[in-house]
Amino acid sequence: MQIDIKAKEVKPIRHTYSHIARRFGEDKPATRYQEAVLDVQAVDNFHYRPTWQPDKELYDPTRTAIIMEDWYSFLDPRQYYYGTYTMARAKQQASADQSFKFVEKRNLLDQIPTDVKQTILDYVVPLRHYEWGANMNNYQICAMGYGAAITSAAAMHGADRLGNAQYITRIALALSDNDTSVLDNALAGWTDKTQWQGLRKLVEDSLVVQDWFELFVAQNLVMDGLVMMLFFEKLEAQLVAAGASTYAMLTEFIVDWHAESMRWVDKQISVAISESEANADLLNGWFAQWTDAAQGALAPLADALFDNGSEVISSITESLKSRAAKAGVSV
Amino acid sequence: MANKLNMRDRYKLMTRLGWETSYQPMDKVFPYDSYEGIKIKDWDAWEDPFRMTMDAYWKYQGEKEKKLYAIMDAFSQSNGHLNISDARYVNALKLFLQGVSPLEYQAHRGFARQGRHFTGEGARVACQMQSLDELRHVQTQIHGMSHFNKYFDGFHDFAHWHDRVWYLSVPKSFFDDANTAGPFEFMVAIGFSFEYVLTNLLFVPFMSGAAYNGDMSTVSFGFSAQSDEARHMTLGLEAIRFMLEQHEDNVPIVQRWIDKWLWRGYKVLSLVSAMMDYMLPESPMSWKEAWEVYFEQNGGALFNDLARYGITVPDYAEICTKEKEHLSHQVWGILYNHTAAAAIHTWMPDDAKMNWLSEKYPDTFDKYYRPRFEYWRDQAENGNRYYSQTLPLVCQTCQIPMGFTEPDDPTQISYRVSEYNGDKYHFCSDPCKAIFDFEPEKYCHAWMPPQQIFQGNCGGEGLPAVLEHYKFNLGADNMDYVGSPDEANWNLWKGLNGSVSGDVKAS
Repeated sequence: MQIDIKAKEVKPIRHTYSHIARRFGEDKPATRYQEAVLDVQAVDNFHYRPTWQPDKELYDPTRTAIIMEDWYSFLDPRQYYYGTYTMARAKQQASADQSFKFVEKRNLLDQIPTDVKQTILDYVVPLRHYEWGANMNNYQICAMGYGAAITSAAAMHGADRLGNAQYITRIALALSDNDTSVLDNALAGWTDKTQWQGLRKLVEDSLVVQDWFELFVAQNLVMDGLVMMLFFEKLEAQLVAAGASTYAMLTEFIVDWHAESMRWVDKQISVAISESEANADLLNGWFAQWTDAAQGALAPLADALFDNGSEVISSITESLKSRAAKAGVSV
Repeated sequence: MANKLNMRDRYKLMTRLGWETSYQPMDKVFPYDSYEGIKIKDWDAWEDPFRMTMDAYWKYQGEKEKKLYAIMDAFSQSNGHLNISDARYVNALKLFLQGVSPLEYQAHRGFARQGRHFTGEGARVACQMQSLDELRHVQTQIHGMSHFNKYFDGFHDFAHWHDRVWYLSVPKSFFDDANTAGPFEFMVAIGFSFEYVLTNLLFVPFMSGAAYNGDMSTVSFGFSAQSDEARHMTLGLEAIRFMLEQHEDNVPIVQRWIDKWLWRGYKVLSLVSAMMDYMLPESPMSWKEAWEVYFEQNGGALFNDLARYGITVPDYAEICTKEKEHLSHQVWGILYNHTAAAAIHTWMPDDAKMNWLSEKYPDTFDKYYRPRFEYWRDQAENGNRYYSQTLPLVCQTCQIPMGFTEPDDPTQISYRVSEYNGDKYHFCSDPCKAIFDFEPEKYCHAWMPPQQIFQGNCGGEGLPAVLEHYKFNLGADNMDYVGSPDEANWNLWKGLNGSVSGDVKAS
């Protein structure tokens, strides 16, 4: 049975903002995601030249070599605007928090064999610095990128990376009973230990990349693609087999986050590639160049962690290539 | 038994994640934070203005968003716009969406840049969070106004207008100025001057105005953003403290920036002064009262605190004190005359409003402005509503038409001129001229709407071509409130006199 509530009917004079209606070709209701991002960045009539980069406009499409007819093609399949983004992450953090409490309350980490714990401290905890680099690079993409669609998502992605670094820090503190020297050791490993130098150099090289879309390919597709697989699939499986299943409860946030973020990353790649052959050539080149460098950078870590390090590297590289190929990259 | 870590130490572990780079030089990784001449000896002396890890941030902000969107949905469902005091009020929201929301976006990008480029990690993390908050503000404002856009004119092309329309050049040039400056100047401009010193003069008038005029959607945004704003204020203050304590050579640089940015902000707020005194049917307070409370008293206390670093109140404060009697009336006069080319409605106040203005401005309103406004009102009532057809001369720095008077003579328009590279540049005031004179190579590039129109860069010759370029719906977005579709629709919805029978008037 239907109940009819009588309300005064007041007819709207339009259904959405005009810049959105022009994109639709008609005035019809838009989603909150569309209203939150489309055409939000200024594009014309800038008043002054940036003192920090006087050869460019404040927002300038030429800070990357790729060219887009419409920079708002870079839509987010998750349709994240600030509200949906924070509500989604709030839910995930609540579940992560639950896992940490569960593990800590029952001292479940004590069950992990000491040598396995040490492997985590030596070979996972330094990734908090890797995540910090990823945070910087995504804020760089937000700051220097063009169009509110991709730049707003990059800001959220950058915040996620700080979150990841903080979850890794929490894992280290939980494993060590809040002994902060494990973090100092992880930093020392990151800056000085031979096995980490390849990855650290790769990160530092990325920090000075000028082209923000190259940076997107390098960080969000290639480096993350390989690093996440190496540490949170391959190594994690090995650690779990060696008795660290409770540890896997604590990395769940990062693992789920990566699975979700790949949808956004791959979509941006496929949008850029399908735009033009010139874009495709650029992306193919960047992908090849950074994949090559990343493989080499990760090899010493794989060798230290696995009996068959080079096979592991080949296998994750193949996986990355097939993922990239699905997004349109010629590999 | 777990070792305990205190909040402060724990937060440091959660945010001090950087390292001294060696494969790439540090000054290539952080290329932007030294060229302004600010000397930083020790980034470790940065005190975190707030301590919020990402998980806590997501949790609190997600919760706030959930509540805010529930209120916005309820507002739309129940046609909340019918409960506002009067449709004239909506023009304050138009001004906000056209002029202020795009600045929230600019702040998002500016803080993202500093959030990447400051060498110190603590400063970076705080800037990143503010960058996200500013994204929140622009998006929730667009969503909140989305409902008003469906029922009123003057909202529908705000982004397009912000890049083009003459009076929006005032806020746009302000934020372009800050975003094209270096990172430390940006922090003084936005973090300190705007978010700390002047925020109450922007935020409170709009949000209290919303509360006084029955706009529950906007006032809910205001309450929801309050805790964000509190964080932004502490960041702005910490940025200033940090710069001043790092090196004594920083003091004169910071002083010059404070002088510049409080003036730039003050000129932007002159639009708010007109909004407060004229657009709000129910006014929580006058511009003059707000200036006295939020600048003279609160700002005075702040400058007392900063005196130990050698920072002083800008010497033009006296000009502001004199102008507070005149500012809103002069700006409303400018907007009234140029409403043909503005995406807001203006009108002449009724007797009740004029009496309120007399009461709030006993020394100036009746003497200088009431006679003028009554004359304009009579003219309008007799069918001679005046719309200026010419382009005004605009101040090269603040970009407001030159309608302000001399601080000591309210009958004399204030003009200042500078020459640079053989060209003449015009200013509305001594501080605007001083800002130009210090950095003429920057300000000579300003995108000046009247000059651009004359050069044919805004659609062509004549007002109709320009308005088409602006994408105005003529007679709906612009012109007097009296006779507008907004007025007709409001009367129809409310069943008021003068309502036109029949359907809603579409523009």
